[in-house]
Amino acid sequence: MSRVHRDRMKNKKGAGISFQRKIQLLFAVLVNGYAAGFARGKIFTGKSKAVCVPVLNCYSCPGALGACPIGSLQAVLGGVNSHFPFYVLGLMMLFGVVLGRLVCGLLCPFGLVQDLLHKIPSPKLKVPKKLDRPARYVKYGILLVFVVGLPLFAATDTGVRPPYFCKYICPAGTLGGGIPLLLMNPSLQKLAGALFQWKALVLLVIVAASVLISRPFCRYLCPLGAFYALFNRFSFYQMRLDKGLCIDCKACERACPMAVAVTADIGSGECIRCGKCRSVCPTGAIGSGFSCGVKGSGKPCGK
Amino acid sequence: MRSKAVFCLRYGILVLAIVFAAAGAAKGEHLEVFQKAVRICLECIGIG
Repeated sequence: MSRVHRDRMKNKKGAGISFQRKIQLLFAVLVNGYAAGFARGKIFTGKSKAVCVPVLNCYSCPGALGACPIGSLQAVLGGVNSHFPFYVLGLMMLFGVVLGRLVCGLLCPFGLVQDLLHKIPSPKLKVPKKLDRPARYVKYGILLVFVVGLPLFAATDTGVRPPYFCKYICPAGTLGGGIPLLLMNPSLQKLAGALFQWKALVLLVIVAASVLISRPFCRYLCPLGAFYALFNRFSFYQMRLDKGLCIDCKACERACPMAVAVTADIGSGECIRCGKCRSVCPTGAIGSGFSCGVKGSGKPCGK
Repeated sequence: MRSKAVFCLRYGILVLAIVFAAAGAAKGEHLEVFQKAVRICLECIGIG
């Protein structure tokens, strides 16, 4: 057993808060660091709002210091001067090619919410493969239809092309933006009607599902996760499996919150690189890190 | 062969991403994002 792996196992036994959880909490605070916004019921208006953060984090959250990439993409595509979204797409591609879905596993605040909800003691559901596999394609449909197609082509009676994903689906907007703003802002409370009730229902269903199923929003619905999944196989950050060390015990697959077949397909677009497989592997066969060389996922950067 | 393809794809997309982001910023798209992000998005919070 390698020293690194021994240390990892030792840390695991005596662990309080995991490394993943610490980073998730830190990043959630970092991207929602405008504490005064929560107290005043107003949103941040500083210059950093021109920059997209890598995660699904509503720019109407009172604490948000940056812009949501999915909201920004819809805003540019559905704006008065609709055009190709070079800036937003460029930033999303940059996050995707460097990190892949590490963003989902380590940085996303709504991923953190789902992880914490799944900690609530309850019977846990394993979604049958027959249902799980096709359902995972729904997120790609949401990306194509609600984030790109409808904001591009479907104008309302007033000629406006709203951000359809944000308006009808996004639970992160309801949780991070809608609820805190409505609680602090009586004038907004008067405007809340059927649409808010619909969005609250969507959030409630996802919250309930998160208690029973691990990361249901990431698995089936998140358009940003779908976008980053396209980069998972060739991103700079990669998970690695040493088949020589693997004893095929499947502990990694039992621990995987996304139900990925780790030993068969460690580079899967469904892997969120949370590192749970790595931490439970009894032989240290699973590793991860940045790869830069011609040998694809095998050559770590700087070596 | 596959490793070389991964290498080319990885760096190709990295370069393309930087070019896209820089070109967009040069065209002032970041200001468009800024304008949207500093106003409460009523649709996003379930009101609009």
